[in-house]
Amino acid sequence: MPEFRLRLRRFDPESGQPPYWDEHTIELDPHRSVLEAILQAKGRFDGSIGIRCSCRAAICGSCGVRINGQPGLACHTHLDAALARATDGVIEVEPMGNMPVIKDLIVDMDAVHWKKIRNITPWLLGREPVPEREYIVDREAMVDVTQSMACIQCGACVSDCLAMEVDPEFTGPAALAKSYRFVGDPRDAEPYERLRFLAEDPHGMYTCTHCFKCVDACPKGVNPMGQIMRLRRIASADHDIEDRNNGYRHEHAFVANIRRNGLLHEADLLPDSYGGKFHPRAVPELLSSLPVVIRGLLRRKITPRKVLLHPHKASKALRAIFDQVASEPKRYELNLYVSGDDQDDEPVGAVTEGATK
Amino acid sequence: MPEHDVLIIGAGLAGQRAALAAARSGVSVAIMSKVHPVRSHSVAAAGGINAAISVSDDWRSHAYDTVKGSDFLGDQDAIEVMCREAPDEVMHLEHIGVTFHRNATGELDLRAFGGASINRTAYVADITGQAILHVLYEQLMKHSATVERYEEWFTTSLIVRDGACAGVVARDIRTGRMETFTAKSVILACGGAGQCFKPTTNALICTADGMAQAYRAGAPLMDMEMIQYHPTTLAENGFLITEGARGEGAQLLNKDGERFMSKSAPNKMELASRDVVSRAEQTEINEGRGVGPGGDGVYLDITVVPRKRTLEALREIVNIGKDFAGVDITREPIIIRPGQHYIMGGVKTDIHGQTPITGLYAAGEVACVSVHGGNRLGANSLLDTLIFGRRAGEHAAERALSTPPPVVSDAALRADARTIEQISSRPRTGRRVSEIKDELGITMNQHCAVFRDANGLTEAGETVRRLKEEASHAYIDDRGTVFNQDILGALELGHMLEVAETIVAAAIERKESRGAQFRTDFPQRNDTEWLKHIDVTSGEGGEPELSYSPVTITQWQPEERKY
Repeated sequence: MPEFRLRLRRFDPESGQPPYWDEHTIELDPHRSVLEAILQAKGRFDGSIGIRCSCRAAICGSCGVRINGQPGLACHTHLDAALARATDGVIEVEPMGNMPVIKDLIVDMDAVHWKKIRNITPWLLGREPVPEREYIVDREAMVDVTQSMACIQCGACVSDCLAMEVDPEFTGPAALAKSYRFVGDPRDAEPYERLRFLAEDPHGMYTCTHCFKCVDACPKGVNPMGQIMRLRRIASADHDIEDRNNGYRHEHAFVANIRRNGLLHEADLLPDSYGGKFHPRAVPELLSSLPVVIRGLLRRKITPRKVLLHPHKASKALRAIFDQVASEPKRYELNLYVSGDDQDDEPVGAVTEGATK
Repeated sequence: MPEHDVLIIGAGLAGQRAALAAARSGVSVAIMSKVHPVRSHSVAAAGGINAAISVSDDWRSHAYDTVKGSDFLGDQDAIEVMCREAPDEVMHLEHIGVTFHRNATGELDLRAFGGASINRTAYVADITGQAILHVLYEQLMKHSATVERYEEWFTTSLIVRDGACAGVVARDIRTGRMETFTAKSVILACGGAGQCFKPTTNALICTADGMAQAYRAGAPLMDMEMIQYHPTTLAENGFLITEGARGEGAQLLNKDGERFMSKSAPNKMELASRDVVSRAEQTEINEGRGVGPGGDGVYLDITVVPRKRTLEALREIVNIGKDFAGVDITREPIIIRPGQHYIMGGVKTDIHGQTPITGLYAAGEVACVSVHGGNRLGANSLLDTLIFGRRAGEHAAERALSTPPPVVSDAALRADARTIEQISSRPRTGRRVSEIKDELGITMNQHCAVFRDANGLTEAGETVRRLKEEASHAYIDDRGTVFNQDILGALELGHMLEVAETIVAAAIERKESRGAQFRTDFPQRNDTEWLKHIDVTSGEGGEPELSYSPVTITQWQPEERKY
């Protein structure tokens, strides 16, 4: 039977010692999971290895860890796939990030993950009057919301969220995906209030930096970043929520910038996000970025010509694309949970309705 | 010593539903779970929940299907209650936010399921258990002011004083601290005993804790021989492939490509009751018509279902096929075989969830009312947990209003602390806990599975007794107090062995074949002598003592069971 070297990050809070690496050699077929390997080590060699686990079938969400630097479920990661990522032929398992470590691979999810979930009013506020039987709801809308309902709260997305690493107050991918579960549910009475809350929060939905780490981490195809972008689109297009964080203005400035220039004209983007070059909101931002601008000029990374003139202009064809999309009555959203990320001959996806603006 | 009116052990569907129901009466409610509530094994339930909500359906039809499915061992008064209350419960779930799939006109869509005479299974893709469990947890977060949650606390024993349950002793897994909890009513919702078998579809946490602790406290266990083998588990590793696949039209084929269900269930075919399908598969395998490397599986062909439908409504098993078997189920058949899945037996209760011990209730898979009798229909377990979880919660809360708070000493806590200390200090001369557990699982799966006989069962009984002895010397490695999973493993092993012994004893005792119990030495159903429940109680020396109790029959007389 093939052998694999497993290196676990251990931490004994009662020992007074810092975390350390603990290596074991285990015997399993290559398509078995990293969790089975850890449980073999635990069963045969060291029962003190701490890991949360239950279903072994990627549905309970207990065994979130980082394997060779990548967050995910231990039960869902095959040994050969993990080994392929290893830098020194060893499968390295560490606890998830962004959350305090209690012991070995067990982190305090309550302090971070659940705290953020509790903060977004995570229960349905049903529309009144409540019908005697079921709410009559469009079939496609329920299939759409299944995608965020599929979240098993494993924490893998929270573990590697870069924005959260920099700003621990950030609501984060799991809580925002959970928010979409309500905003996208036609039976919820308060989508506007929910979106307003997330938009106005300085660590809310506009703090996401669009880095895709959570999309990569998620074992279920929830696509948290996609849910965040949907929330922004709904807030902006359907409810016109202009937030104090300039999220709304930034998105509109970005789109207008490319529609006008064909390529992104960065010098305009910052002031336009605040309302325009001479807008009172923009002036303090422009002043505070003067040192950067001056450094850029001195190192010839930018030139006055490039900054003040617009060397690019969008072609008619490009502007036609924008106008075509803007005139569509429906917004088509990708449902990764349903369509999967496989190479399909005939792509399949669920459609959600929404106005485009 | 924390005091509560109603204390619920286990935070799966039954436990969480009981907590929400009890809290409505304004009594003080607490729910305790050895894992975070959303990790409870209810989360893995896939296919759906049964209810006669369609205008062309009637709860009596659902009840009859359930009675027949139980092979007439189910108590019909309990079954009537469950089926009659099902439609309201499903609507309640819908109102609190469960994201049930819709049909073309926006109403709840209903899919076909095993043993049902008409489509009556409401569902959320193939994550129905997860959807309901998470929505109930949302409600617990909403009502956090009225329901106290003890997450990651392990109950070590029940406290029974003067014939009444007065609370529990529990260990805070995070710190190792032991605590006595008093309660006027305790509701056990600890789930099943799947880990007694290897392989099993059940999670690692399904270690018969509630059944064993109730048994030790003097409560009877009923119908313990009735162990459901689910027809479609992945041959590779025992993972569950939902019955919903067959509900959508998937077919079972043997080595020769024939739909062999036509031999044993010409009418319902793949949607006959689970025991019938499992036996049909096992027969094909035993008679050399199986597929796979060892010829120990059969084909489940989902390619006959339209691809778009599979991706929308069976997403989880697409993923399972891809991730765990390397198969795209929309393009090729997958190899499955029967696997241990559910235990119909459990702690004996009435239709309010009361056990014979005053103040002790049970609901969900840990309990045996009995609504499932000799065999459970698919999508009836989700229903069972919610109906009887709610009823137990309401009854326990009602009872608390007229019950004085119990007074309890710390004797039970000191005893449990001593037990843990003893386990921790065992010398490394015995076997390891994990080895004993593996041997138990393999033995039970060999002799207590789809087909059983007296010789096999007797051998199983002897093995279990030997393993019990070995377990009392089994050593552990972890001497720490923070998150010591080693100690919990040793305690859980004790629970599993205790309950395994009752399973074997009951299976030997029932000298007939009914529902999930098939004895090759007694292959016929024998209503004259065996239309009764087998109860097991813990005797003087800890030996299982057997007795019988009658089956409640209201409308449906036993008849020949054909699918």
